[in-house]
Amino acid sequence: MKVVIDEDKCVAAGQCVAAASEVFDQRDEDGVVVLLNENPPAEIADDVRQAAAVCPALAIQIAE
Amino acid sequence: MDEYSGVAGGGVTIPAEVLVVGASASGLSTVEALRRKGYVGNITVIGEELHAPYDRPPLSKQVLSGAWAPDRAALRTQEILASWNTGFVHGDSAIALDLLTRTVRAESGRELQADAIVIATGVRPRTLAGQPRLNGVHVLRTLDDALGLRTDLLDCSRLVVVGEGVLGSEIAATARAMGVEVTITGPQAAPMALQVGPLVSGLLAELHSERGVRLRLGTGVVGLTGEDGRVAGVQLGTGEDLPADVVVVAIGAAPATDWLADSGPRLDNGVVCDSRCRAAEGIYAVGDVARWYHEQLGGLMRLENRTNATEQAAAVAGVILGEDRPYVPVPYFWTDQFDAKIQVYGALPADAHVEIVDGDISARRFVALYRADGVVTGVLGWNMSKQARQRRQEIVDAFGDLVPVH
Repeated sequence: MKVVIDEDKCVAAGQCVAAASEVFDQRDEDGVVVLLNENPPAEIADDVRQAAAVCPALAIQIAE
Repeated sequence: MDEYSGVAGGGVTIPAEVLVVGASASGLSTVEALRRKGYVGNITVIGEELHAPYDRPPLSKQVLSGAWAPDRAALRTQEILASWNTGFVHGDSAIALDLLTRTVRAESGRELQADAIVIATGVRPRTLAGQPRLNGVHVLRTLDDALGLRTDLLDCSRLVVVGEGVLGSEIAATARAMGVEVTITGPQAAPMALQVGPLVSGLLAELHSERGVRLRLGTGVVGLTGEDGRVAGVQLGTGEDLPADVVVVAIGAAPATDWLADSGPRLDNGVVCDSRCRAAEGIYAVGDVARWYHEQLGGLMRLENRTNATEQAAAVAGVILGEDRPYVPVPYFWTDQFDAKIQVYGALPADAHVEIVDGDISARRFVALYRADGVVTGVLGWNMSKQARQRRQEIVDAFGDLVPVH
């Protein structure tokens, strides 16, 4: 699984962090998404898919 | 992943066919959630627009300003939509629902029958009653609305925004940043006063004023004036006449339930649902149109928020597949106006006690905690998105302090 984020689309809602905190964080200064691991392991793949599904800005793309 | 078909645990019958009425965020999220949860039955989506499904929050910001081409607001790529193995009917509107046979009749004459029907028809913008039809008067709900307004703004000298809620305030900010002369008017004392209370709406009033938006607030609109079929101004209750060559009316929206009037589900400011977002046996509602019973807050609630569309859709997908859980979200919305990125969790009543718990108002970077009767009801972040989110749990914890429910 490969994760791609679009910082320009990100609205800093932080829903991705709630879904998969091992993969996503937010910058302290403006809340924009920080990708901690662009190739997350299989055991948390479902959390990452959940993060992409709940992102209200559609800023997370996943290539399986 | 579990595959759902036939009979799930607990003897719940999984529907063989799901019909989703509405092809915007909540409707599409329902489909996505059903497939992610392993549903392999047939799904059909019917939506009234011809555009590929798109997202609405960018319409009042990046699409209106021109920063994004419209296709950047697409909800999902064609590739992802195709992977859902779902039938899409675009450009046709549902006009009636038969509860007994679970059949939706569409404007084209098409009839769609299913074992479970998800109502996701959203809302329609309110307009000023009793006004003549004038060119230059806009609402903003659809992509076509946004593109039409943008075209007018590119050749506009004076815009008046009627409505000081979230949408009106965003449009005013976007248009001002495009160089348009903007006046915003509405009955509240400051932008978004109903949504964020007096302290933060006062800061928004300062921000808009600094950036050159003229505020004519605390007064109602009497009507529009026109010349040769084109809008010329907005008349206020104070007697003032605001000259305008473009007007946007952003005075809220009403649930799109006309098509259900004779169908049977209870309609009262939306499709009234139980705590599982069920309007009747096999009939569910999601997104802006759904007014469901929030078990922890102890009342009917309807949210026109982007994240609600997704979260409620996931909840309903679960219920359809036999999960038996109430939908009890913490309401959330964000708004971007000029350089302010505002995040709002929970409820911010006008009479709440507001405490700044992080940052500094004068730096325009802070987190405010809202309490009513000593109980945390909401959190607002102004340019402190992450720090605001980290306090969301305090609202969840306070749910437990509320008087229950039932």
